[in-house]
Amino acid sequence: MTEPHFERDIDRSHMQVSDEVAIQIENMNKWYGQFHVLRDINLTVNRGERIVIAGPSGSGKSTMIRCINRLEEHQSGKIIVDGTELTSDLKNIDKVRSEVGMVFQHFNLFPHLTILENCTLAPIWVRKIPKKEAEETAMYFLEKVKIPDQALKYPGQLSGGQQQRVAIARSLCMKPRIMLFDEPTSALDPEMIKEVLDTMIELAEEGMTMLCVTHEMGFAQAVANRVIFMDQGQIVEQNNPHDFFNNPQSERTKLFLSQILGH
Amino acid sequence: MSTSQTAAFVRKDMLPPKDPPTSQAGLVKWLRENLFASWLNTVLTLASLFVIYLLVTHFYPWFRHSVWNANSIAECRTAIAATWGEGATGACWAMLRERWHQFIFGFYPPELYWRPIAVFLGLLLAVAPVLFTQLPRQMLLFSLTYPLLAIWLLWGGSAWPVIMIAAGFGIGYLALRILGDISAILAVVVAIVAPVLFWLFAVGPLDEVLTKVIPLAIEPVASDRFGGFLLAITIGAGGIALSLPLGIILALGRQSNMFLIKSFSVMFIEFIRGVPLITLLFVASLLLNYFLPPGTNFDIILRVMILVTMFAAAYIAEVIRGGLAALPRGQYEAADALGLDYWKAQRLIILPQALKISIPGIVSTFIGMFKDTTLVTFVGLFDPLKGIPDFIRADFNWKGIYWEPFVFVGAIFFILNFSMSRYAMYLERKLKRDHR
Repeated sequence: MTEPHFERDIDRSHMQVSDEVAIQIENMNKWYGQFHVLRDINLTVNRGERIVIAGPSGSGKSTMIRCINRLEEHQSGKIIVDGTELTSDLKNIDKVRSEVGMVFQHFNLFPHLTILENCTLAPIWVRKIPKKEAEETAMYFLEKVKIPDQALKYPGQLSGGQQQRVAIARSLCMKPRIMLFDEPTSALDPEMIKEVLDTMIELAEEGMTMLCVTHEMGFAQAVANRVIFMDQGQIVEQNNPHDFFNNPQSERTKLFLSQILGH
Repeated sequence: MSTSQTAAFVRKDMLPPKDPPTSQAGLVKWLRENLFASWLNTVLTLASLFVIYLLVTHFYPWFRHSVWNANSIAECRTAIAATWGEGATGACWAMLRERWHQFIFGFYPPELYWRPIAVFLGLLLAVAPVLFTQLPRQMLLFSLTYPLLAIWLLWGGSAWPVIMIAAGFGIGYLALRILGDISAILAVVVAIVAPVLFWLFAVGPLDEVLTKVIPLAIEPVASDRFGGFLLAITIGAGGIALSLPLGIILALGRQSNMFLIKSFSVMFIEFIRGVPLITLLFVASLLLNYFLPPGTNFDIILRVMILVTMFAAAYIAEVIRGGLAALPRGQYEAADALGLDYWKAQRLIILPQALKISIPGIVSTFIGMFKDTTLVTFVGLFDPLKGIPDFIRADFNWKGIYWEPFVFVGAIFFILNFSMSRYAMYLERKLKRDHR
């Protein structure tokens, strides 16, 4: 059992889970053609929760969080985000998307725009915030992720870790109430993983509701209040990190943990 | 006994950078790498030099024997024979001296040449802010009004119909602005329907009244007086300006999830691409009138322009589709995740990148289309490459002149197309955003 490798102490004073429900998923199913990718997913996320979703590749963990902002469509069951149910109604989809931030494995910054423009684009065009105000907000968040001096560069000129931090800042500029992370560190060199995780920890310390698909088990132990293990499109086990890592119940979870933590 | 290095090694000081050896720099290096890199390369270099030598020795005398002052091809031939001896050949540019204006303006009335010249200068002024973003943005206002101004100046006649067309656009814009806050769909519908109704029903009576009150007219020039580069550039510039937006719409339509829009786009593109341009030109000149209400007989240049536009748009749509396909899916997902709707995502994220990738293909299509405007000769218009020279050859004085028109027209086409190609390269360099 490896211990969390974060040197600094984590400030837990704002990490409070409220009773208010942020995301509710009920009996959700999804198919790709004939292939049943997500099977009967039931999940309730309260505001302030920090959930880490783990599992082998192809287990449907990315697909599940991508359903939450409708990047993937579900075929049956209910998904309610912040009181808005996701249906084919475009208004609801836009509303949910502007409340839910997402960070991708491959950053997906817009290469033809500067870092600052990347961060101000959605606030200006979706939230209709004046340009000047949007730029101030963007600079605030860029300072938070510690790259204000790169604001006028283009994404191609930044390192992977810097790009991912910009991607986080870009999402935060929309002042989202929920953040989704889809393997945010999987495409990064080991040296850069830590800078991105640090940014995510700071976010957690401020009480952001977060769902992270990640293989960083150290992060899970340090920050998560709940770990979900998925396999074959189903939620196999969920527990608090301490019990999840030290006392896994299902055979599948034990096998998975022994494989990723065994060396 | 073993020679392998197993001892630990620590570098104490880092090596400073040095200049490369002289044989690896400058002209010597360039020549060796580019012209004499290997035996095969050396042979090819020498063979190419020989071909260049042949071409130059073959064509140079023809240009050197040029005659500029003569009244007929016979005088040219006599002059060449007198100076360079019997059997010498030479260019008879005297024909250009006499007839250059027909290559440029066709049969446009000479006393009205100022109008096409003004239109051409206006074209440069209107295109400049579109091509070079560093110019003041207010210039775009002129670019917007330019097409109607150009139409009026070229064809002449009453200014009122042109002003009415502009007024129709103005009505549409107003509808968009006023209703835009209430409902986007309603605004778009009204912005399309209101101007169309205005053009169909209000323009006729209004035009009559206004012409009586203020007769704002210049001398009309009929389409059959157009010719030469005036015709080629009119059709070419009109086609380029119209086919890019149409091509973008078709490319997006072909990617659409909506079945009808997608099928229509696919059918349009595949049909147009499957048919030779000449066929479409014949449709424009002969068939189109059958499909229109009886009595309508709109201008042949306009008809040709519409079909040339459709032809180019189909190709541009495919070029842009290639650019769209080259974008990683993550770009669409990031735009979606930020809450941008379809049109905003296309306009701000997808198209700027897809069009940038498509620049070489788009410009190739434009250049091809501009050159294809010479095909209008087959529907009886006087294009600069065949229509005008044939007309000049019909004059007894210039009967038998052959290469000179091709060289002259070819040179002008080359200058115009080469400029387009260089501009495209400039644009690609300017839009380059480092490695992505």
